[in-house]
Amino acid sequence: MKRLLLLLLLVAWLAGPPASHAQSPEALKALADLAVDDGDKREAAVNALGGTRDPKWLDFLAALRDGNVYARTQGKTADVVIGGAKSTKGEAELVEIASAYDRKPLGTVAASSLTEIAADRRLRIAIKPFLDADETRVQLASPDAETRRGAAMKLGHQADAAAAAVVEAAIARERVEHVRHALREALALIRLAHGEPAVRILAVQSLGDLHSFDAMPALQKLVADAGASPAERDAATQAIRQIERWSLLVRTVETVFQGASLASILLLMALGLAIVFGLMGVINMAHGELMALGAYSTFVVQNVFRARWPQWFDAYFVVALPVSFVVAALVGVVLERGVIRRLYGRPLETLLLTWGASLIIQQGLRLWFGAANVDVSSPSWLSGGFALMTGLTLPFNRLFIIALASVSVAGMYWLLFRTDRGLTIRAVTQNRGMSSCLGVRAGVVDAVTFGLGAGLAGLAGAALTQIGNVGPSLGQNYIVDSFMVVVTGGVGKLAGTILAAAGIGGLNKGIEPALGAVFAKVAILVAVMIFLQRRPAGLFATRGRSAEA
Amino acid sequence: MPKREAAAIAVAALLLVVVLPICNALPTSSPLHLSDFRLNLFGKFLAYAILALGLDLLWGYAGVLSLGHGVFFGLGAYAMGMHLMLEIGSKSVYQSALPDFMVWNQIKELPLFWKPFYSGAFTLAAVVLVPALFALAFGFLAFRSRIRGVYFSIITQALALSAWLVFNRNEMRLGGTNGLADFKTIFGFPLNQPSTQRGLYAVTAATLVVAYLLCRRITGSRAGKVLVAIRDSETRVLFSGYSPARYKLFVFVVSAVLAGVAGALYAPQVGIITPAKIGVLPSIEMVVWVAAGGRGTLVGAVAGAVGVNWMQSWLTTSYPDVWLLFLGGLFMGVVLFFPDGVVGAVARAAARVWSLTGRAPSTATPTASARSRA
Repeated sequence: MKRLLLLLLLVAWLAGPPASHAQSPEALKALADLAVDDGDKREAAVNALGGTRDPKWLDFLAALRDGNVYARTQGKTADVVIGGAKSTKGEAELVEIASAYDRKPLGTVAASSLTEIAADRRLRIAIKPFLDADETRVQLASPDAETRRGAAMKLGHQADAAAAAVVEAAIARERVEHVRHALREALALIRLAHGEPAVRILAVQSLGDLHSFDAMPALQKLVADAGASPAERDAATQAIRQIERWSLLVRTVETVFQGASLASILLLMALGLAIVFGLMGVINMAHGELMALGAYSTFVVQNVFRARWPQWFDAYFVVALPVSFVVAALVGVVLERGVIRRLYGRPLETLLLTWGASLIIQQGLRLWFGAANVDVSSPSWLSGGFALMTGLTLPFNRLFIIALASVSVAGMYWLLFRTDRGLTIRAVTQNRGMSSCLGVRAGVVDAVTFGLGAGLAGLAGAALTQIGNVGPSLGQNYIVDSFMVVVTGGVGKLAGTILAAAGIGGLNKGIEPALGAVFAKVAILVAVMIFLQRRPAGLFATRGRSAEA
Repeated sequence: MPKREAAAIAVAALLLVVVLPICNALPTSSPLHLSDFRLNLFGKFLAYAILALGLDLLWGYAGVLSLGHGVFFGLGAYAMGMHLMLEIGSKSVYQSALPDFMVWNQIKELPLFWKPFYSGAFTLAAVVLVPALFALAFGFLAFRSRIRGVYFSIITQALALSAWLVFNRNEMRLGGTNGLADFKTIFGFPLNQPSTQRGLYAVTAATLVVAYLLCRRITGSRAGKVLVAIRDSETRVLFSGYSPARYKLFVFVVSAVLAGVAGALYAPQVGIITPAKIGVLPSIEMVVWVAAGGRGTLVGAVAGAVGVNWMQSWLTTSYPDVWLLFLGGLFMGVVLFFPDGVVGAVARAAARVWSLTGRAPSTATPTASARSRA
């Protein structure tokens, strides 16, 4: 019987409120009360009007909030009207008015005949929840799944008893699984707040099954509530345990994912550094600035697309990747041919030289593009995420970086071990003198490899635009970490770099929750120092007879 | 030490320690008057020069490039700064016995590690010992496992980054990003008095002279010869029966102490010490002082520290955008064209002039061997 009544009410609500509402004595009285100079009465009036949940009354409340509602006195009777467009005719100011409920035009009158009903702060506060609730209901019918899900979460948060029927109706017509999930969660939260004990137990159980993190405070309150029955409290304890177990799982998966994401960023950066270091014994301090160049190239490509081909905007990133690679690689080759090659065999001097180059590039970017961060927007196919499980969404941009790093590593393996150029690179890395004797042009190999390393830095920079700020000092944020990867990985083997990136990235994200970002960095430094005690030349040192390392 | 060199040092010392403060004390109308501002600025440069001496000992002689000397500088400066903060007492803005930043951060009680810094003697000891012990521990781990060359530089750079991050944290109870500032007195002398600043300058200059003599003594000793040998071929030194790690550790600790002392002299003269002096960029800037002046010559380190900083204070006030470009260009130019710095270039030019006039060059500079590896 109760169900049926509820259903009827629901049908009535969905079909639009009966016209009688407008004429209902309560509404009319409330309307009259609004014009009274009594705060309590006015607030009560707003609540009465809002309580009808009639869209037209809600429109009226919106007008009231915006200061467009006036009281009009005609002889003895006073009524309330909504003001529209204003105009002036000679001295007099005219206002178009319409009736309060259905906005029937009532003609144009002189502004002097109207008194504005001012919505003070208290009144606006009283109006807000009604308008918000209305907005949420509209959102619940939105064609966009994410909007619907947001509305469902909001309803669950508000836990308004009156919303239960709406949510049930929405569940019935919802097709998207994760929105349904959110709706069911909202419904359970509402029932938990307002239902009878039996209903509440069911709601608690369903919250536990749904792994609802949002329900934790309410559940904890229920456990502590002395007035609740033992059965209810048991159910709540059970649900809390269920949710906690799930959250532990989610956190673990999340940490692993974040570790993998950081590791692939480090790997993208360290890959270029490590190859150059292995080949020439040069640590390229300007590597971070080559990344910044890649990031700014992406920015420029984006702007060109936005100006020239807005309809192809989403494709800009596909173009930006190779452009970043080429720009950074060209600068890298110029750097190598221009200055670095003059210092061959003096690694510390080269270090200072490349640091000088990094300062110049950085300041050049700052002078050209300004010191402030520039805005690079993600293409639509990289925003959003993949909902892996309840409470965990993997962002597409991070997934993309993991994929890019994997592709880069695979490409590098192919290049080094399946091509002739790779053969010469490996030969020069192992024994420069002997390779030269056998006719390998070591200088060309140096330039090509340096360009390749620089290009990879550019690629990393392009990828970083999708997850962080793009500014002149972009490279500085990760560069020391990637140096650590190179040092830990050792030279000569790609596997060392990969393992070191995975280790440092994973360790960093693993420690971060316990120690915070700063002390995680310190811990990494200590860990690397200890590690180097055992293996001074990194993970996979190339063994040789040369005593001079 | 040859007589001529001893005389030159004595004259320079007299000029720096005695004559300049006297010039400052002269009335403003005198043509030889040196303004308080300039003397103070020069005092800061001389503090940097002390650090540069240590860095040169480490890099120019032993061939160990540290990109983390800002950390040792910071340790000394913070040790001194903590004492100065406590000396303010309740004359601070909030009239609390606690330093102001603790009042902001709602720290109710002075942290335990701050308490010994009430004592001036402890502070002076800490200025020397804290950097020394830290360098000893870090250097022990690094040199024992034969981390060298580029590896060592990278590790010290990571050290600078970590220290910078840590000093920026408010939980460290060291003032966070704002550092320590608003000092009022030093050992009872008010810092806003020109006479106190003059005294600080004289102490800094005298310390520089002492530091120079110490470094000169080390480089002139047998140990100094071993250091140069390590720079030129560490493996050969090892196979000759020496322990390069111990020599390197020794010189690393000495240079850390010099950096700490420099920091302790810097803080009261400049009136503020923040984590910005510790990070990656300031640490590597210190290296370019030595490189520009001429590594492997102690005079070069001093000249480089004063010269580059002079340029910096001029450029950053007149052309702020140009400074980083200039610094970058300086790095590249010095490395490419003047591997032994200004002093080396001058010495070579002088040698050429002398050889043209048929006179023998006075003394060979040790920088000649700095290039032998190349």
